[in-house]
Amino acid sequence: MGDFKLWGLKKSPWVFHVAAASCNNCDIEILDVLTPKWDVERFGIVLVGSPRHADALLITGVLNRKSLPRVLRVYEQTPKPCLVIGVGTCTCHCHMFEKSYNVVGPYDRHIPVDVFIPGCPPKPEAIIMGVVKALKRLG
Amino acid sequence: MNFIRILFNYFIFPGFLFTAIVGMFLTWIDRKVTARVQMRVGPPWYQPYADFMKLLLKETIIPEGASKTLFFMGPIFGLISMSILAVMLFTMNFSPENSFAGDLIVMIYLLALPPIGVIIGGSASKNPLASVGASREMTQYFAYELPFLITIAGIVLKSGGTIKFGEIVYLQRVNGPFLYSISGIIFAIVFLLVIQAKLGFVPFDIPEAEQEIMAGPYIEYSGVALAIYKITKAMMLLLLPVFMISILWGGVGDWWAILKLLLIIVLIILIKNTNPRLRIDQALKFFWIFLGIFAIIGLVLAMKGL
Repeated sequence: MGDFKLWGLKKSPWVFHVAAASCNNCDIEILDVLTPKWDVERFGIVLVGSPRHADALLITGVLNRKSLPRVLRVYEQTPKPCLVIGVGTCTCHCHMFEKSYNVVGPYDRHIPVDVFIPGCPPKPEAIIMGVVKALKRLG
Repeated sequence: MNFIRILFNYFIFPGFLFTAIVGMFLTWIDRKVTARVQMRVGPPWYQPYADFMKLLLKETIIPEGASKTLFFMGPIFGLISMSILAVMLFTMNFSPENSFAGDLIVMIYLLALPPIGVIIGGSASKNPLASVGASREMTQYFAYELPFLITIAGIVLKSGGTIKFGEIVYLQRVNGPFLYSISGIIFAIVFLLVIQAKLGFVPFDIPEAEQEIMAGPYIEYSGVALAIYKITKAMMLLLLPVFMISILWGGVGDWWAILKLLLIIVLIILIKNTNPRLRIDQALKFFWIFLGIFAIIGLVLAMKGL
């Protein structure tokens, strides 16, 4: 029974898109992945409007003092088990904003992130590969 | 023995389990046809079942300050009423003599319960977007109910004033379907658009607009409660076309009924994929003024015997 439920989770990850900062390069690439050209609905991936329906959070942008409480709140509102996928170099470390006064550091200092996808911005192929690796981690 | 038979009817064969499995398969057809229209590949056949299994696994969150009873009553209302409707529709199609006086009225009541459940659940979840969605759902329900009831009145008129569902099906088996006349075609067009609104498909998906109010009344639902909403929608996708075939197109007694069902569903999906969303006032005007007058023309033609 447990295997069957895990199969369901691996075959239909619904994603919610969290943009934590104002640079939207990674957002545009994520929207590319959802268009008919790459067609991730083949794998059951659907973009949902509410974090309550989501199984995976696609987080983009550098984490700053203003967006940290919002991101934490969205993470707490997502029903568990959920994956957190950081898209873009800003999520891995702070990239070119590293010395900035309002940046509070990389994501894994605050919430558990399953996969980081580097790139500024990452290619759509790289994003799909990152999601596949995140699903493999489930077992 | 009779009691066990009733339980079997309700939970397994024409009732909950059968309708849910076939309905989820029809939602796969919906997603696949949508994908082909947009020149995509589309999900595999087991996609709705995988979604359902996953939602059962997830944690169910109750929002702080929400009324717990009302919050869970919303989805359960729809599920129970759709199961009862499935039992009534299928048993009365296969054996019309089981029909009791006024069961068409009972069916109209049962079809009204899922939107009422959505309104109750959306209002109880204490989210402003859910309240906006619930109020839109209420307005839209009042909008599409007028042409729907005029259509039902016209069908009752065409079958000689009977409100027995089994008798309507039987009359069509003897005299030919009601669809093959001018008023029948008008009623079918009205009914198709009403099905579109009842299912919440795209020109009329105003209550659950994903892009403006996130998911409307469903926004706070997660886990099992959301799964029940999904399964209710899937059951409605099977039951509303079956209802239309039974009262307009000669019942579901033979194998042709499957082709008729698929034809109606593909028509609904094509309407869904070629139209943008309306505003709520446009939907109200469309249903009350345009479709209402159209349905009344059908009613007058049915009185003349056309």
